[in-house]
Formats: sequence, C-alpha cells, structure tokens
Amino acid sequence: MNTPEQTLDEILTLAAGHFKVSREELRPDDDFFKKLKIDSLQALELLTRLEQHFSVELPDYEMQGVSDFRTLAERIQARL
Amino acid sequence: MLNLQQYDSLGAALRDALERWPDEICLIEADRERENCRLTYRQFRDAASPLAKWLQARGFNAGDCVAIIMTNQSKWLISAYAILHGGGVLVPLDYKLSAPEQIELLAHSKANVLVTEHHLWRAIRQSDQFQGLQSLTVLVTEAPAQADLAGAHRWEESKADGTPDFIPRGRQDVACIVYSSGTGGQPKGCMLTHENYLEQCISLTQLFPFWPGVRYLSILPTNHAIDFMVGFIGPFVCGATVIHLRTLRPEFVRGAFSRYRITYVSLVPLVLKNLEKGLRLKFDEIPPGRRRMLDRLVAVNRFLTRRRPKLWLSRLLLQQVHEAFGGELRAIFVGGAFMDPATIQFFYDLGIQVANGYGLTEAGTAITLNDFNPFRADTVGRPLPGMEIKIVDSDAEGVGQVAVRSKTVMAGYLDDPELTSETVVDGWLMTGDLGRIDSTGHLQLLGRVKNMIVTEGGKNVYPEDIENAFEGLNVKELCVFAANFIWRERSMGGEELIIVLRAESGHEIDAGLVQELDRRNQRLPDSKRISGYVVWDEDFPRTASMKIKRPVLAEAIRLRRDRARSVVKL
Repeated sequence: MNTPEQTLDEILTLAAGHFKVSREELRPDDDFFKKLKIDSLQALELLTRLEQHFSVELPDYEMQGVSDFRTLAERIQARL
Repeated sequence: MLNLQQYDSLGAALRDALERWPDEICLIEADRERENCRLTYRQFRDAASPLAKWLQARGFNAGDCVAIIMTNQSKWLISAYAILHGGGVLVPLDYKLSAPEQIELLAHSKANVLVTEHHLWRAIRQSDQFQGLQSLTVLVTEAPAQADLAGAHRWEESKADGTPDFIPRGRQDVACIVYSSGTGGQPKGCMLTHENYLEQCISLTQLFPFWPGVRYLSILPTNHAIDFMVGFIGPFVCGATVIHLRTLRPEFVRGAFSRYRITYVSLVPLVLKNLEKGLRLKFDEIPPGRRRMLDRLVAVNRFLTRRRPKLWLSRLLLQQVHEAFGGELRAIFVGGAFMDPATIQFFYDLGIQVANGYGLTEAGTAITLNDFNPFRADTVGRPLPGMEIKIVDSDAEGVGQVAVRSKTVMAGYLDDPELTSETVVDGWLMTGDLGRIDSTGHLQLLGRVKNMIVTEGGKNVYPEDIENAFEGLNVKELCVFAANFIWRERSMGGEELIIVLRAESGHEIDAGLVQELDRRNQRLPDSKRISGYVVWDEDFPRTASMKIKRPVLAEAIRLRRDRARSVVKL
C-alpha cells in the first residue's frame, strides 16, 4: 500500500497532468481550485481520474469542504 | 394531478397521492450506474409510516421542527413525508454548509430532531460547537455497523409498528423553515406555509405539467427550493417518478438521461454550462462534412421554432442530440442564479427547452418562468399564474426594484419581525433585485439593490456573513461588500465580493497584512471568497449602536473611488 507521502505525490502528478500545469508549480497545501483554475465540477473530474488511478471508489462528498491537495490525499489514503 | 385547491396541507396532499397511484413508481435512487432502490407509491408509504410512528411514539407533535441535512437521496423524501404526515415543520439545511454553520442554523430553527447522513453527522460531532446540540434527537442514515453514533439512532432501525396518526395542518401553518442565507451573521429563516407550497405547485404545473410516466431527474440537493418543489411535491401530487442521482459527475449525469429516459431535470447554471461545454466539444470532433450538415439542421430548427417550440420536429431533425438526453426530455429547469442567455439560446437552437426563471426563497420557488410563447433568452420570463409583479421607484427607463405579491410569499422570517417588516411591505415582497417589465410582460433582471451576490452554483452570499473570517486582522475597520452594490452595474453576471480596509492610524496596508488577508480568504469556501480589496482612508459611518452604515459607506466609496483603479485583486 502507498505511504501517505506517495499518495500525495501521485495526486500532485495526476492533477498536473490532467489540467496541464507543471508538476513543479503544485504544492501540497495549494488551493487546487485557485491553482488549477477549476470549478467544482472540474474538481469532480479530478476525483474520477484519481479513482481510476488508485482503484478505489470515492463518493462526491469526499470533495466536500476540501480545497487543498494534502487534505484530499488524507481522504483518499483513508480509503486505500 | 390532485386538485390542490381542495387541500390544506402538504401532508394531506402527499398522503392522498400515495393512495391514488399505489402501483406507479414514485422514487428511484441511483448511484452512478447502480440502482439502490426503486419504490412504488405504496412502498414509499410503507417505508415512511414506521418512521412516522417511531417519531410519534417519542412524543413528536404538530409544529415540532425536524431538520434534514442530507445529499439528494430517497431517505430525504421518505423522512420528509413522515414529518409532514405527523404535522411537523421541515427545516431543510444545506449539506454543503460547514458543520459550525449547520449547528448555528439548527440552534436558530429550534429543531428538536435531526435526520442526517453518517459522514455529515461525523463532521457535526467533531465541531467545537457540537455541545450545544445535546438535546437533539438524531437519526443517522447509512452508518457502518461498528460506528459509534454518540447517542444518535440508526435511521434504518427507527421504526415502530402500527399506523401513525395523521395530524392535520392548516393552510397558514408553517410547513418549512428555509434558510435563504445568514450563517455567521443574521440567520434568515423563511417561514413558508402549506399554502405557499400548494399555490406554487398549482402555478408551476400549469406551465409544466407532470403525470404518471413523467420521470424527473433530481441531481440538485432536495434542500434547494427548486428541487423540493419540482423534484418532490410537484411529481408526487401528479403520480410521476423522481430519480435521485447521488453524484453530480457529468459522465454519470449523461448516462442517467439515457437510462431513465428523463422528462424533466433541474440544474443550476454551472451544471448547464458544463453540459454546453461537453456538447460543443463533441460537435468540434465531428468531421467537417457532417459538421456542416449539423450546423444546417440547427439553423433549420432555429428558424422553424422561432415562434414556439416544436419538440417533435426538433427530435426528428436533431435526433442524435436528443437521444443523448434520453430522447424524451421536455425541459430543463434552470434557476437559482444568473444564467447566460447565450447558453439558453444554444440549447433552444438544438430544440432543448431551458425553462429559465426567477425566484426567491422568500416567494416560494419561482416568480417568473419562460413560457416559450415565444422563447426569449434575454429575460427571465413572465410572472407565473397567481403572481403579481410591480417595479418600485423606477427610473426613466422603467428600471427599479422588483416587488412581488402572491399567495406564495412567506409568512415572514423566523424570530425577526423587524427584518420581515422591511422585506414584506403592505403584502409586497421587496426582492432587492433591479429589473424592468418589457412591453410583452417579460421581466428583465438588471442588477441588485441589495448587498449580496449569487454564485453560479446558486448560492446566496451575504457579505456581512463572511466578515467574521477576517476578524482580528490588523486594521482599524473592515467591511465586505458585493462590488456591484458599490458600483451599480446593469448586469446580473460577474458578481464578486470585495473587502474595504481602513488601516490603523499611522499604519499602511502592507504586504504582510495582504498576505494574512489572502491566507484567511483561502480558508473560506470558494463561493465566499473575496476577489480584491479597497483601501479607505476615513472612519466608517456608523449607527448609534455602532453598526456600519453600509449603504452610506458604499455611496461614499462610489463617489470617490473608481472600481477599475481602486480594487486591488488578491
């Protein structure tokens, strides 16, 4: 199983790839709405991409109140 | 459809609907591509009765308030019916609010029962403000077998044998307390009566009827006024079917249209725009020859439907587009926020009717709706049957504040007679929105006179409600405004919040302070964030009780500051 650090790193890489930004620009505590310039529906798109990668089902509500990569990684890690 | 004129309460109307169409499917709950449950009207009644009886066995009585904090799912409606059957008052709260915000509204509403989902209950319990909720009876759905519920009851086990008593309510009794805003500031709990809902339902179904066989796709949360009406009350009193989809992800929403051959759906502008974006991308992938053919068909459809919609013709001309929506879609309801006319026109040209309207929680659900007679993308339609609209303090162009009078206007704000008397004047609801009525009776919205914004997701945001997020910032004074409240715009789009900062004497608004401002701003939900700040060099005007005189300050800023040059973007 992934360590929390690996999960976070993979999320940052996937988000960078999906929304076509440089991986180096993304930091764990970044607000992904602002950094990736995305809305809540695009955030759900990212969730779908993460589900595919981690082979886990993530209900929409896991995104509720989450706006930074670190918290998102914690939520995903809890389901791995 | 039931004759709602003959009913005094939602509970009575729903009870009779469950008897009238026992074998029709009333509710399907889908999650992605799975189906969690499918209930006939009889089965729905059989699921709600044991819960109603359980509540009554615990002393639940007429007028007791029950809050529901849930995503859109079958147990929302089952619980709501059990409460209305027992004469209770529903308090539908937004599950997207933070736990402290939910706790604040629970306390304000004086709800003595809460129905919620396990993950939401977990968040509420972890909140520092949780201690204030000890006397609440809590029912939690979908809790894992080993979960510690801290005294809450499992919804699935909250059942009692026997037939629950039906508790009659009068038309003027409160059916729901719906919060139009007010977290962190002054809670605005709109008291909506049974008559408000019954009359709204009569009015809406005259334009967009439901009947057995109609399938309504519910993806908005049911606490949303639109979904409560057209995704619960409306379909149920007509014997139609509601399909709850427990995800908003576009790929599953698209799939649900086809799988359930949806008749109606309600969306907020953000989701409709996303659908438009998806369709435009698909169109761009079509090879040039076929694309030219599609463009011609769209042009033909636009011409042939310029006076009124011809659904059968549009379905014939643009079959593949309509098949992608299930082939039986009659209308998409959109509301809750400003909708770009270009998007509505895009869908209309494809033969898909987007019924855009205008409404306020304080006036039930909808005040105006596009009646497609003819289609007008640039307005929010004509007043619904039973709604009177007038423009107050209009200027030379006929633009002024929109006021509404109808049987759907709320009884008032809970525990706030002062605000009620400011808002409902001689029976007219002062909406705080600017508009004009054109020669054909269509309402055009052109801005706001009230200090608030509405996000694309349909959320009302009142500036004063988020000021506490900036409390303690090292400034002498601060005040948050809707930018359009200061610099009046004849537009409902591009709304944003800004903060006005008055530095401590001898100090400046330096980089460190802006950094702190930005840090706190980032902690707010996306919809509540400010987009910039204005530096102000005078003490704020205040009342005798030291409240900021917001309109006075706004006017002073408007007179002395230019928007483009004075707002520093964050």
